[in-house]
Amino acid sequence: MAILEVESLRKQYGLLTAVDDISFAVQPGECFGLLGPNGAGKTTTIRMLYGYTPRDDGTLRLFDLDIDTDLREIKRRIGICQQEDSLDPDLTVRDNLVGYARYFAIPKGEAEGRADELLTFFALHSRANDKITILSGGLKRRLMLARALVNQPELLILDEPTTGLDPQSRQLLWEKLAELKKQGLTILLTTHYMEEAERLCDRLVIVDNGTILIEGKPQQLVRQQVGSSVLEIADPDDKVRAFLDKEASRVEDLGSRLLVYLDDGDELFLKLTREVRTEGCVLRPAGLEDLFLKLTGRELRE
Amino acid sequence: MKWPNPSQISARAFRVWQRNFSIYKKNWKISFIPPLLEPLFYILAFGVGLAVMVGELIFNGEHLTYTTFIAPALVAVAIMYNAFFETTYNSFVRMYYQKTFDALLATPLNLEEIILGEILWAATKSVIAAGLMTVVISLCGFFECPGALLLIPLALLGGLVFAALGMICTALVPGIETFNLPIFLGITPMFLFSGTFFPLQNLPEWAQTVAKFLPLTHLVALVRGSSLQLFSGELWFSLLYLLVAALLLIPLAIALMVRRIVV
Ligand SMILES: Nc1ncnc2c1ncn2[C@@H]1O[C@H](COP(=O)(O)OP(=O)(O)OP(=O)(O)O)[C@@H](O)[C@H]1O
Ligand SMILES: [Mg+2]
Repeated sequence: MAILEVESLRKQYGLLTAVDDISFAVQPGECFGLLGPNGAGKTTTIRMLYGYTPRDDGTLRLFDLDIDTDLREIKRRIGICQQEDSLDPDLTVRDNLVGYARYFAIPKGEAEGRADELLTFFALHSRANDKITILSGGLKRRLMLARALVNQPELLILDEPTTGLDPQSRQLLWEKLAELKKQGLTILLTTHYMEEAERLCDRLVIVDNGTILIEGKPQQLVRQQVGSSVLEIADPDDKVRAFLDKEASRVEDLGSRLLVYLDDGDELFLKLTREVRTEGCVLRPAGLEDLFLKLTGRELRE
Repeated sequence: MKWPNPSQISARAFRVWQRNFSIYKKNWKISFIPPLLEPLFYILAFGVGLAVMVGELIFNGEHLTYTTFIAPALVAVAIMYNAFFETTYNSFVRMYYQKTFDALLATPLNLEEIILGEILWAATKSVIAAGLMTVVISLCGFFECPGALLLIPLALLGGLVFAALGMICTALVPGIETFNLPIFLGITPMFLFSGTFFPLQNLPEWAQTVAKFLPLTHLVALVRGSSLQLFSGELWFSLLYLLVAALLLIPLAIALMVRRIVV
């Protein structure tokens, strides 16, 4: 049984179709990624999952319960970390957790125990009595995540959990999420950090303009759609172009930079550096970012 | 617009009340100052400064000093202010700037319960303020017991009406500055022309008719009648007015807030 089943989900804002016929399912214990550029419809999708935004069409089932009939029960069993911080600035760090537990009807003693556990887990204990307003962005994000876990959810939903964080905070959050996953928690996460998706997601979809472009396991998708490695050539001249015309099949020309997608081996790279030129030529493994840019294009959004 | 269904609302609304109360509790010393001092200031200003010029007036056949006449109105106005300002500025800040409602919507609570909880809390603030003021004014000897005890349920009823009115404004304003408009056009005229500082009978006929439609007029009449133990049959009508207003305005406030937030 899937933890979450999304079928033909649609949301219209006036003339704009923010979410256009999206379907996917999240299985128990997996981390599922929702990737997409700004305005792709990720947040709108997430918001429909917990009834914040009414959907125009489609069905949503969580834990085999229908969202139309069992929304309260569903909300009791999920934890949501929204894209925008919604911590209570009138409360301290610890009271944010204890107070939030009250909405889930968790008894006070138990709530306090869980709050302390979570503060320790997210290395927030020394800040327990601080006001929210003096916390840095990274600490706020950690607290948002801790708060989403206060009801011991079976499904954790994260909308861009690490956006705006420094590398240290991001690494820490990734470690914590990996740990939670190991404990068997099911996670649905949106992001536009490819490294994050590569590290955490077992499966993912890439969404653009409200529709799913591709679905699968990150490594497999990259292998199938992009290849195994990418040869990058800076400031290509005519000689390089002529060489590639002859030797390579998949070349993307960005003007001042050429990208050559390779399926196997480094023969082409060796040949190029031996026969044409070495400087400005880099061979690197293909990654999710290559796939993402290939599918969603390189132009800016919004 | 969708009218709220009573089945949507559970005791969880009380959790929202609890949140606001727990924050209020932390600052209670500051929150208690206005209701304790305000009546003293007014009684001093009006009792010492103005009453000598006004002298006595006749209300419902009774001779009253001017200070006695306005003392109940101070409580009624405080009931209005406490509830209205809570569901306008404070609720707006929680909804728009602090994203408190967003956070709550990720829990088993629904929006209808959140809004009702806010309204109940605002009415509670009215009750606290009215209670404190009643103690002070009674100690100064202006209120009659046990009639003054009725101010507690009246503060709850009046608080609910003005909290709902405030929440309706919150559902309709584009931004927080816009609250100036309902305050200037609604709250301030009510403060002045609802039989608060002079009897309604002093107004021209048409203005008396207009005043009869204002909720504060009825709240002032009820508070004055109870606290001075000057009961009259007309008070039943005022009570009915406030009950009906609460029963209509609370669901309307919830419906309008749902329309604003759920898109
Ligand atoms: N309440 C709303 N009213 C009108 N349009 C909206 C509303 N909410 C979202 N949209 C539009 O729907 C589209 C999808 O927005 P959404 O927030 O879901 O994108 P996203 O994928 O989360 O983007 P980001 O990565 O920037 O967070 C955008 O074009 C956005 O402008
Ligand atoms: Mg988003």
